[in-house]
Amino acid sequence: MLLVNENEVSFQAGMTLADLVRAQGDDVDILLVNGYPATLQTVLSDGDQCWLWKRGKTPSAEEMQHLLYARHSPGVQRLLQGKMVGIMGLGGLGSVVAIALARMGIGALLLADYDVVEPTNLNRQQYFVDQVGQKKTAALRDILQRVNPHVGVTVIDQRLIEDDIGVLFKNVHALVECFDDPAMKAAGLRAVLQHLPGVFYVCASGLAGYGDNNAIRTRRLYSGVYLVGDEVSAAAPGEGLMAARVGIAAHHQANQVVRLLLGAENEAAE
Amino acid sequence: MKVFCNGQEQELTPGAWVTDCLNTLGLDPLSVVVECDGKILTREEYASHELQDGSVLELIRFVGGG
Repeated sequence: MLLVNENEVSFQAGMTLADLVRAQGDDVDILLVNGYPATLQTVLSDGDQCWLWKRGKTPSAEEMQHLLYARHSPGVQRLLQGKMVGIMGLGGLGSVVAIALARMGIGALLLADYDVVEPTNLNRQQYFVDQVGQKKTAALRDILQRVNPHVGVTVIDQRLIEDDIGVLFKNVHALVECFDDPAMKAAGLRAVLQHLPGVFYVCASGLAGYGDNNAIRTRRLYSGVYLVGDEVSAAAPGEGLMAARVGIAAHHQANQVVRLLLGAENEAAE
Repeated sequence: MKVFCNGQEQELTPGAWVTDCLNTLGLDPLSVVVECDGKILTREEYASHELQDGSVLELIRFVGGG
């Protein structure tokens, strides 16, 4: 059996994508097999998931959901769709992590920040000029809705303190620390190590300036707990936070979350 | 007495607290997570946890920016 645009189609040995396109009787020019671009000559295997689509065609809501995920590897998508990730701080790290996870099809996000979008944020944070003055929680929820409306977004619009973290994030599968303040970064790690033993955690330290790309690394602190950054580049006068390097660190964090959710740590340990 | 901070030997006066150790190392206690002899310390314990000769400390230090 094949899945063609989410519909079951019987499989015959030696079938190619051209056979499917002919059978659909449709004018299509985007061809994907198992989340990867293919050609008319691609020979299919039983169980393949195929997408045939016409560039520029407006999809229905249901087709849109499937198409948003058509480039994902089958299986990966199903796993991520069942997961909730918390993000503490929605600045240069948090806004990037949230959008990356939404594009990858995470099931739900729990987003926490107390601040509003300022013009001085826009050099690195994913907000727009017309969102200046809005709460970051509301502004980011609007952006995520436009990126992938199938992500469940819940917001916590308050200034977090150490004692709240273990309570507010007790139901997430993974928590990403994206604070700016080093005291809160320490508080976040302490709270997780003491109160959230089953939650994956990815924190960050050292990402200011335009230093070496490869000095940003992902280091294991404890089982399921990782630290991203060069661990020395503090935001300071003369070493500001810049979109590219903050983005490198944020994407380390997002990818590490996905790796943990998909069981990469267990594989490495085996 | 001697303690070990992230594997490095550190000489401290007997009876030193965790805060004393962090100050000696020039670290701001607010931005450091401390594991002492396998236990994660609360913020309050930094100023009340007395180190022993041979104590093993893991210090995770954070710098600002996010």
